Parts: sequence; C-alpha cells; structure tokens
Amino acid sequence: MSARRIAIVGLLTVVGAGAALAAGPDLGAVQKQATNWTAVVMFLLFVLATLGITYKAAAGSKSAADFYAAGGGISAGQNALAIAGDYMSAASFLGISGLVFSSGFDGLIYSIGFLVGWPIVLFLIAERLRNLGKFTFADVASFRLDQTRIRILSATGTLVVVAFYLIAQMVGAGKLIQLLFGLDYLTAIIAVGILMIVYVAFGGMKATTWVQIIKACLLLAGASFMALAVLWRYGFNPEALFAAAVQEHPKHEAIMAPGGLVADPVSTISLGIGLMFGTAGLPHILMRFFTVSDAQAARKSVFYATGLIAYFYILTFIIGFGAITFLMSDPSYFKAGAGGAYDRITGLLGGSNMAAVHLANATGGSLFLGFISAVAFATILAVVAGLTLAGASAVSHDLYAQVFARGRTTEAGEVRLSKISAVVIGIVAIYLGYVFENQNVAFMVGLAFAVAASCNFPVLAMSILWKGTTTLGALVGGLIGLVSAVVMVVLSKAVWVTTFGHPAALFPYDNPALFSMPLAFLGIWAVSKIDNSARAKRERAAFEAQYVRSETGIGAAGAHAH
Amino acid sequence: MAEADTARVLASPTFRQLVTERTRYGWILSGAMLGIYLGFILLVAFAKGVMAAKIGSGVTSLGIVLGLVVIVSAFALTGIYVARANGRYDDLTNDLNRELGR
Repeated sequence: MSARRIAIVGLLTVVGAGAALAAGPDLGAVQKQATNWTAVVMFLLFVLATLGITYKAAAGSKSAADFYAAGGGISAGQNALAIAGDYMSAASFLGISGLVFSSGFDGLIYSIGFLVGWPIVLFLIAERLRNLGKFTFADVASFRLDQTRIRILSATGTLVVVAFYLIAQMVGAGKLIQLLFGLDYLTAIIAVGILMIVYVAFGGMKATTWVQIIKACLLLAGASFMALAVLWRYGFNPEALFAAAVQEHPKHEAIMAPGGLVADPVSTISLGIGLMFGTAGLPHILMRFFTVSDAQAARKSVFYATGLIAYFYILTFIIGFGAITFLMSDPSYFKAGAGGAYDRITGLLGGSNMAAVHLANATGGSLFLGFISAVAFATILAVVAGLTLAGASAVSHDLYAQVFARGRTTEAGEVRLSKISAVVIGIVAIYLGYVFENQNVAFMVGLAFAVAASCNFPVLAMSILWKGTTTLGALVGGLIGLVSAVVMVVLSKAVWVTTFGHPAALFPYDNPALFSMPLAFLGIWAVSKIDNSARAKRERAAFEAQYVRSETGIGAAGAHAH
Repeated sequence: MAEADTARVLASPTFRQLVTERTRYGWILSGAMLGIYLGFILLVAFAKGVMAAKIGSGVTSLGIVLGLVVIVSAFALTGIYVARANGRYDDLTNDLNRELGR
C-alpha cells in the first residue's frame, strides 16, 4: 500500500459524472506507481470479454438502427443496468465514498442530487421521447421544427457536452490508471482511446451497451461485497456502525449532520437543479431510450435504473462509513508524520478519494483490491465509449445526413461516416487528454452538466410539451442557455480564479444552472410568442400530429431502418 | 400519420382521458419529487440543528434518516407511476388502438 503515497485530493472530481464534486481542488502531480499486476490481469480479462461481445455485435450490426440504437433490441432490464452504469462512474463510486469518509453526512447530499432527476425524467420525458424519437434527441427536438437549424443547435449542444465530459474523463482516466495500475499517463490514455474506438466503431450501440452492463454488474457486485463486509462486522446494525464511526472520526458527532459543504444555500440548490435536469439533457443517456422496443420498456427501464442507482448510493454511504471504522485506526493506510502521528482525514494514502480502494484491501485483501482497481478502469472506459457514440451520432446522423447531405445519403454511407467520426473523436480525445494532462479540468464535468441542463433539456422539453414552440424560439432560447451556462462557469471561481488567476470571481456561485436554465426557458417562450412568421404558424399547426404520437406511440416507427 | 387520423385520435374521448389523466399524474408526481427534494435541501441549508438532532438515545441523526427517506421516496414514486402506467394507461392506449381499428 505504500505505493500510493500521492496527493490525489479531488481526483474523482474529474473522473466521471462528478459534477457535484467538480469544484474540488486540482489533482496536482501524480507519480507513476509500481505496476499492479493483479489489477492489470483482471482488467485484461474484462477487455477480452468485452472485445468478444464487440466482435459478435459487429457481425450482427448492419443497419443504422443496429449501429445507433442496437436495433431496439435491448430489454428494459438490460437498459436499466446500462443507464445505471452511466451513473455509477468512478466519480460517484470513489468520490462520494471518499466524501462520506472525510465529512460523513455531506456525502449523502450529493448522492441525492444525482438520484432525484430520474423520477422527473420518467414522469415528463421518457415515454414521449421514446414515442417520438429514432436515434438521437435531435430527432425529437426537430420533429416538427426546422430540421437544419434545430439539428445544428442540438448537435452543437451534444458536441459541447461530449467534448467537456470527454476531456475530464480522459485526464481523470490517465491519472487514475497511473495510480491504480502503475501505467504511464500517455500509455493509459492511448489504451483508453483505442479501446473506446474499437467498441464504438465496430460494435456500435450494442457493444457500448454491453460494456456498460458488464461493468455495472461488476461494480454492483464489488460494492455490495464491501458493504456486506462492513455491516457484517456490526451485526447488520447501522446504529452500531454509526456509533463506531463517530468514535473513530476526528470530527466525531459532526459527521452525522450537515457540515461545511453546504455553506451557501444558493449554490447547493443550483447544483441540485443542474444535476437533476442535466441528467435529462445528457446526450449519451438520452440515446439509451431509443435502444428499447417501446415506451413501456422505456418506462420500466427508468424504474429499475432508479432502484439500482438508489441501491448503489446507499452502498457508497455504507462504504464511506465502513472506511472510517476499518481504516482510521490502522496507521498502515496513512502517511505517518512525526512520532508516528497521522491526520485521520487528509493523511489517507492517495487522498480521501482512495477510501473505497483501501477498504477493498481491508475487507477482501490484495486480490479484491486488484478487482476494484480493474472495475474503476472499466468504469471510465464504459462511460467514454458511450460519450464517443453520442458524439459520432451527432456528427453523422444529425450534421452529415440531415444538414449537409439533406437526406440524400444512403444508410450505409451514414453508418460509415459514423464509424469514421468515432475514430476521429477517439484520436482527438487522446490528443486533448495529452494536452490537458497538467491543467485543472475539474470544472469541465460541471460545465457539461450545466450545458445539458441549460441548452439540450429546455429545447427538448419545450418542443415536446409546449405547442407554441417555434424554430426561432428554440434556436434563440437554446443559444441563450448554452452561452449563459458557459459564460457563468468561466466567470465563476473554478475558472476565473483557479485557472485564470484573477483575484475574485465575477459570478459568485459554483453552478450556473439555477440561472441559465430558466433563462433558456424564458428565451424559448418569449421568442416563440413574438414569432409570427408563416413557418411558425406551420410549426404550431404540426403540433397536433406530434402530440398524438408522443402520447400514444401511434405512428412511431421504432428503432428500425428508415 | 395522415391528418385525418390525427383528427380522429384527437376527437376520441379515450385519447383525451388518457392524456389528461397521465399528464396530471405526471405533474403531480414531479411536484411531489421536487417538493421532497427541495424540502430536504432547504433543511440542510437553513436548519442544520434540526438535521443534527439525534433519534432516540443513539447517534443516528434525523438528517440521515430523512436522506434515506428521500432516496426511498424517489424509488417509490417511480414505482407508483410505473404501476399505474402499466395498468391504467396501457389499457387506455389499447382501447384507443382498438377504437381506431388498428
């Protein structure tokens, strides 16, 4: 364990859907570790299994529907695992359990923010999305609006989200792998880049989904094992676990109550709004609703996914408390200071985000430690593959097929371009991961969520739910949301002070969603109201047909060929 | 879908009933979820003392119990919706399809 003596405070802020943690400090320099062969071998097994699935998927993927939406042949249960897999990122696993380890109750606030978006997606969006859509959410947003303009806007929103999210994932992946596996940074990101290209370009949505499903099962199994081991020690009595944690933790009873992370209520609420509605605008998650056969399956998959995510967050909470009771009294997990004394929070080897990894060692020995490290790598890989597919679909299906070729393209041509896009996105991602190695990219995941909540979600929701929405309104409102989210993040502390070195932030809150999202809705509403062009009238008139289909699925084609 | 079909569906009382019921239900449940979540966040932000209060003689605080309640209620609300959608709304949708001779 001495091999992990590195400062990685805030590592997981950059690794995954850790928008909540995105304001954390930078990763700093990470030292390369001795190669962890157990973890490497287990990871190679995962890669072999998923490549086998990719090979099979490639043989069965012929049409565009196969490539973008797995032919609509994913069952509700499989889709739920894949959606939950997109959520169970390295950030939420290591980051939230680390947060519980260092501050107790506060970790729960973040888990809840991640979770509560799902019910809303189900109640208002999921079924209508499935009834209207085909491959990408732009299909839905442009259903009765102007194809060219709305697709350009949606594809831009998608690519911006994918780009920021992908950079954060690549940099986080490189550092995490350096730490857990002892591989070189560049080797690590090249390995991630090549694997994601292979999954996406050859296996399309089917392979991408199965990578996510396998990873979700492995992660759930590993986390369940750790939580059981912790509860076992306390006779399955949470009160006994909490009492032991209160005794061990230097903050004592304070870990059972809200602490310093919620000093500013506006930031907390804005963060919650960003997490909640960002989820409903993340392109790689929205795509998952088109992989199931019908609205009923879409509905069920959200229900199961909510259960899985809730279960997973309860596990991370137990794991965090378990780490307090298992690790804090054992000096071998900490950097020793003068006279053998150590700081029980910040002194944890590798930083507090390593709490779950150390707990794996404490509960299951070095073999289990290798397993959890391999799963953490697999997690990053699964998420970047999904992002790459979403980006490639936006380029080929939205920009190329509908905007440049204006529908005058063959299905085979579109799929070929999608594969080329996946290769290009993969190479660009490796390059960006290389360029941003020593930059603070912590704000990028937060930015991705803010853009998703402020551009993609309002355009999608208004085009489905409000009859009055016109192309001009959606365009102006969507752009207002996109620009205001980016500008507010740039002017916030994370970028303006931390990255640019200005003395004070011009925008006082860490997360802009509370302001930028309503601005987008207002923009769409106001501009649509005053839009009296002939096209606007046609678009309002076309609402009824869209309405019937979105509510009943009558006329929906399903995810098969054009 | 042809325009005539759209008009037929829109005129159908079954369709109107389906949409009215489901939309109302969706918004009510969304409101419930938002209310529960914002209530929790506001307590965290403005009533830390309440959240720190102990349950009984142990160390478990009210905040932890309420946090778990929010997590469970998110799952429960989706369950309530799905149960109703798979029964009532799917029946209505099937009725509608039969009316339309599909």
